Amino acid sequence: MTRLDVLDTDRCVGCQCCIFACARRNDDVSLSLACIKVRSAGGISRGFRVIVCRACEDPPCAKVCPEDALTLRKGGGVTLIPELCIGCGLCRQACIVGAIHWDSRINKPLICIHCGTCALHCPYGVLGLVRNDRPGALAAVPSRKASHDPG
Amino acid sequence: MIPGDPLANVLYVDLSRRSYRVERREDLFADDIGGAGAGIRLLDENCPVGADPLGPDNPIVLTVGALTGLFPLASKTVAMFKSPHTGNLGESHGGGRSAVAIRSAGLGAIVITGASSSPVWIAVHGHDVFFRDADTVWGMSSLFTVGRVIRDNEPGAGVRSIMRIGRAGEEMVSYACVTTETYRHFGRLGLGAVFGSKKLKALVVSGAEVIPTADPKAYKRTYKELFAATQSDVMRKYHDLGTAENVTPLNAIGGLPTRNLLSGRMPDTERISGEGLAAHYLGRRLACAHCPVGCIHIAALREPYTDDPYFYKTRMISYDYEPIFSLGTLLGINDPECYLRLMETVEALGLDCMSAGAVLAWATEAMEHGLITENDTDGVHLVWGEDAPYRAMVRGIVDGKNDFYLALRRGVAFAAQQYGGEDFALSFAGHEMAGYHTGPAAHLGFLFGARHSHCDNAGYSLDQTALMSGATVPLEEMARSLVAEERWRQVLSSLVVCFFARGIYKPEQTCAALASAGFDVAPADLDALGRRVYRAKYDFKLREGFDPAAVAYPDRIFATRSAAGLIDRAEFARAVSVMSAEVLAD
Repeated sequence: MTRLDVLDTDRCVGCQCCIFACARRNDDVSLSLACIKVRSAGGISRGFRVIVCRACEDPPCAKVCPEDALTLRKGGGVTLIPELCIGCGLCRQACIVGAIHWDSRINKPLICIHCGTCALHCPYGVLGLVRNDRPGALAAVPSRKASHDPG
Repeated sequence: MIPGDPLANVLYVDLSRRSYRVERREDLFADDIGGAGAGIRLLDENCPVGADPLGPDNPIVLTVGALTGLFPLASKTVAMFKSPHTGNLGESHGGGRSAVAIRSAGLGAIVITGASSSPVWIAVHGHDVFFRDADTVWGMSSLFTVGRVIRDNEPGAGVRSIMRIGRAGEEMVSYACVTTETYRHFGRLGLGAVFGSKKLKALVVSGAEVIPTADPKAYKRTYKELFAATQSDVMRKYHDLGTAENVTPLNAIGGLPTRNLLSGRMPDTERISGEGLAAHYLGRRLACAHCPVGCIHIAALREPYTDDPYFYKTRMISYDYEPIFSLGTLLGINDPECYLRLMETVEALGLDCMSAGAVLAWATEAMEHGLITENDTDGVHLVWGEDAPYRAMVRGIVDGKNDFYLALRRGVAFAAQQYGGEDFALSFAGHEMAGYHTGPAAHLGFLFGARHSHCDNAGYSLDQTALMSGATVPLEEMARSLVAEERWRQVLSSLVVCFFARGIYKPEQTCAALASAGFDVAPADLDALGRRVYRAKYDFKLREGFDPAAVAYPDRIFATRSAAGLIDRAEFARAVSVMSAEVLAD
């Protein structure tokens, strides 16, 4: 089972193509309706922070959900069962990296499904899918860019 | 266009009354797509004839276009205003996050009129506008610090744009710029001074509006094609070395303006070339919003403090071809650290680096000829290649130390009028030159570009094509080619896509992209749009007193061999009259 990971934030140029790619998956063109955020690390001269779901093994977001709307995903992270979600926002508060975003149109969280669409649109190899079969045995799956660009 | 598309929302802000309203303007956007097309109409509507560029009547118009936010490299905002530098059409394009932020705020344009009685910054979050007290950041010595303070006081981290001025703008230096996202600029023609005249320190924009598409499937298909094109070799030069790549080839052909254009060749440019800077200083690359190319090159300059051992500072300073030319070779500087230090000073104060460079270059030569002395410069002794005196002079300009410095605040043409040396004041129709002494087409482009002698015209490329083919291009053909390319660039700047993407956004791809944005247009319609926008700009220029027959240019361009050899004065004068006729045709 693979999960999304930030392979190297120092390669990030802040182009936001990953964010647009994530939103486009749901036919949205938006910087807010995405499961990934990029913001500067205190001004862009210092580079960027790329914020994605960490695919926790025992996710705090799921633990605080009063309706059990977030179920554990194989390989880490959670899956949203929208019909159970009451939109309380506790999951968002529980995520200390701020990786849970919000769809205010339906008042429910945007949960990363670790599909890797964002990574496919990162020309710099910042993001990639990694194997997550066993804890502590992560192996990077070479991204499209990293495979032919020594950097 | 798509019914209800937020693109047609125009935000009008009146600084005098601290009021605002949003108006639907489908009439503007349905026909003219946005950007330069909508911008020139909004300028024409909101700028009274003969308005004082630094008076409350001069509007600041910012526009984005139909492709903004939807497609890669549609990342530029068009600013239109009456220029305090030339007294005529002011147009300047800036990137960073500005365009996507305006579109995400659910807007297609922002029009700012009036003037505040005290320093203010405007925060636009969606359709809500806030007038924040900017007294604390007014007069702050560095624009970098201003950015930090505003960042700490505004929401929207990661998606917002912060367009701000430095002290040069506050002091209304006629070539002050507006800086956005630290390293991008609405650089030319003095938008910063217009901000300053309104006591407007900054404009912050953010939002979470979803951008509609007409047909999601077709949109995704076209996106895929265009995104793939951004990864092709067409964009490689911007991606790898960046525009600094031009230093070496332009120098090799003798088209690199050096020491106030006393030469077209600069010795020992290895270290200040794109290759040299990348090898020794490149510390980071950055991109504008929704642009995978990442052409912004930032150098890391590590320097010791001289008064304390083992104590260093490291600054991140941007470089591009134009500032390397204007604050480098034009001043005889080929040491990258001299360039970077001077660039940092110019950035911190918020001046257009190109006009500033031409002013400093003229002053150096004027001092050599004895037209000015250290009495005028308040003790600053300018020497080609040395950055410290240039930095002192830049600070003097912004401080407005004395009459001499006050003259320098108004650009090189005005300074030369006062002190002499007009033959070597590198001003074209009142605007300082760009970095190309490639031949007659470049200079014609400076004089007649629809943005009033902006660097972005096709002249240098025409010169280089002619040079490579070895053929002499008849003047009429040169004029027609320049105007044709300018018209097409009106289309690109209405979409609005970055001119660096002109190799990707050809008419067919542009029509496909526009279709998925809800605009049903054919290539012939684009051609008509280009003509219309070009015409509208010239109408505005003529309205404000532009006389194509009276454009002024410096003798220096005939004295120094260009890449295409010596430019013949009489022949060039004939080219100017051919060009005058061509720009006014239709």
